[in-house]
Amino acid sequence: MADVTFESTEFADSYETTEGRVYTVSGQDWDTVLAAPEGEHERIVVNMGPQHPSTHGVLRLILELDGETVTEARCGIGFLHTGIEKNMEFRTWTQGVTFVTRMDYLAPMFNETAYCLAIEKLLGITDQIPERASVIRVMMMELNRMSSHLVALATGGMELGALTAMIFGFRERELILDIFEMVSGLRMNSAFIRPGGVVQDLPAGAEEKIRETVALLRKRYKDTANLLVDNAIWLARTKDIGYLDLTGCMALGVTGPILRATGLPHDLRKSQPYCGYENYDFDVVTADTADVYGRFLIRIQELEQSLRIVEQCLDRLEPGPVMIGDKKVGWPAQLSVGGDGMGNSLDHIKEIMGTSMEALIHHFKLVTEGFRVPAGQVYQAVESPRGELGVHLVSDGGTRPYRVHFRDPSFTNLQAVAAMCEGSMIADVVAAVASIDPVMGGVDR
Amino acid sequence: MSELAVPTEGRPTLDVVEVRRGAFGVHGSGDTSGFGGLVRPVALPVAAERPFGAVFDVIADEVEAGLTARDGAFSDSVERVLVAHEELTFVVRREHLLTFMSVLRDEPGLRFELCLGVTGIHWPGDLGAEFHAVYPLLSITHNRRVRVQTSCPAADIHLPSIVSVYPTNDWHEREAYDFFGIIFDGHPSLTRIEMPDDWLGHPQRKDYPLGGIPVEYKGATVPPADERRSYS
Repeated sequence: MADVTFESTEFADSYETTEGRVYTVSGQDWDTVLAAPEGEHERIVVNMGPQHPSTHGVLRLILELDGETVTEARCGIGFLHTGIEKNMEFRTWTQGVTFVTRMDYLAPMFNETAYCLAIEKLLGITDQIPERASVIRVMMMELNRMSSHLVALATGGMELGALTAMIFGFRERELILDIFEMVSGLRMNSAFIRPGGVVQDLPAGAEEKIRETVALLRKRYKDTANLLVDNAIWLARTKDIGYLDLTGCMALGVTGPILRATGLPHDLRKSQPYCGYENYDFDVVTADTADVYGRFLIRIQELEQSLRIVEQCLDRLEPGPVMIGDKKVGWPAQLSVGGDGMGNSLDHIKEIMGTSMEALIHHFKLVTEGFRVPAGQVYQAVESPRGELGVHLVSDGGTRPYRVHFRDPSFTNLQAVAAMCEGSMIADVVAAVASIDPVMGGVDR
Repeated sequence: MSELAVPTEGRPTLDVVEVRRGAFGVHGSGDTSGFGGLVRPVALPVAAERPFGAVFDVIADEVEAGLTARDGAFSDSVERVLVAHEELTFVVRREHLLTFMSVLRDEPGLRFELCLGVTGIHWPGDLGAEFHAVYPLLSITHNRRVRVQTSCPAADIHLPSIVSVYPTNDWHEREAYDFFGIIFDGHPSLTRIEMPDDWLGHPQRKDYPLGGIPVEYKGATVPPADERRSYS
């Protein structure tokens, strides 16, 4: 910035920089803007967000415009950084679940499962997880995949002006959150999946409720599809928008529906199954358009695949334990859902306080100190609704993680904004970002 | 490596990265519990020898062939190979990292198309290699995973950027820089990504405090998390 001169009007200034004259169009400076010398390059940089309804949370987009065409697009993130990875280094392995569930807040079950699978791998107890616990995990994850996709479709529709799609999406999601509330006591951030299994068995009546909900969802999920799939306006807003081909996806590390929209059937549930996914019958949905419309279709069809898996889970549920038998890992607490959420069952407290001192000591040690995990590192990935959710865990042999790192798919996929948006119209940026479906809680952690 | 890592005949050297003393945060002469005398070395899994098992030998052979084709030697690039939890890790010297990564990406028998970012790890006790960087990779073609690990000393905290090989690592390297201060040479724009631009310090380092204030609840005071009793 050579010499800064302020041509003052009362409200706005324009000044010279090394990049040319800068106008801060904040009002009453139209004369100076119009007076720009002939041939001077017009370069408008627009800040979209972080507080903007169509950026899917606190995402800041910095767009350079030529008229209505985006010439450069960059993302600014970090507005929701909460230091979850650092915090987990000061909590026990089990307490970590409470943190990870809050990262990608639309897919808490996936965060929890990925984290717990990684711990179990490091402990070497993957084979000892009870069958029932794995089935419940899969069922919770698939219900969660539906609720996440429904929000993606709902907000994506809303951002392009299809408000009815939003109403439908949130209406259906509510049904799934009711199940979560019944099972874990909480609609979100439930910390339900724990190292060694799940925190408690399904309450009485849960299976029937899930069956009813699945039947209802089977009827209803098509409402959004019927509204949009052949809708001329929707097609005009999404077809050939936000194009990203396979090469682009691979270079940028993009996974999930965006990758499958290029025609590559990559799904970790099929290629590297965990939690017994190899036992379920479902299809990997792909599209070959590599655009916003293709990703939209994939999410719609994945709803149906998830419904199929949930139905199979219900059929596979056999009575049995839901927590590992190893008393050094599985919490002894008999939890139950009370009026104010999940907590210790009063019967269990009565028993350990009144009759069994050893049980009390064991409970106290395991809950306050936690279990030790052998030193080493593992990487565990699950297929979250947004792509590969990876956990890199490092243990120093202690009762706390030494380092936890989450490779959140939203974080990586957001890098594709520039590739998808540059050269497009500014209105299509909204469509492209909606199709990436970033969740800033996961991006920033 | 600390003083405990003395190689003995016939036994693999322990990869001791730290030695912990005491427990519950008890230190010094005021200790009557006896826990202050506890000594616990923190040792990471030791180097694996061939055969590595499963397809790991195939991967290692392909890597060796690829490095040779690029005028490199396996033993020059790879410090050691780790096999644990059915996962293969190549510990690579940082000066050979970029070549190593291009071998992993380009060799037809390897084809690790997808780099899944980089994790920084701070081991203040691992003198000469205080900062580790770990890159998980996935080959969709062959459905295999592999991990590459490298390190740099705190005195010269530089690693080569692999953005030229895996553009996806752009943000991941910025994140590792932000949180650990690892400088990735050759990165197109190494700036902070999560913390504000004018932030001081690198929060994920072990000497960076967690922070927090005591919380009073129903008459009892709970200290902040990093001042609570520690069992590690």
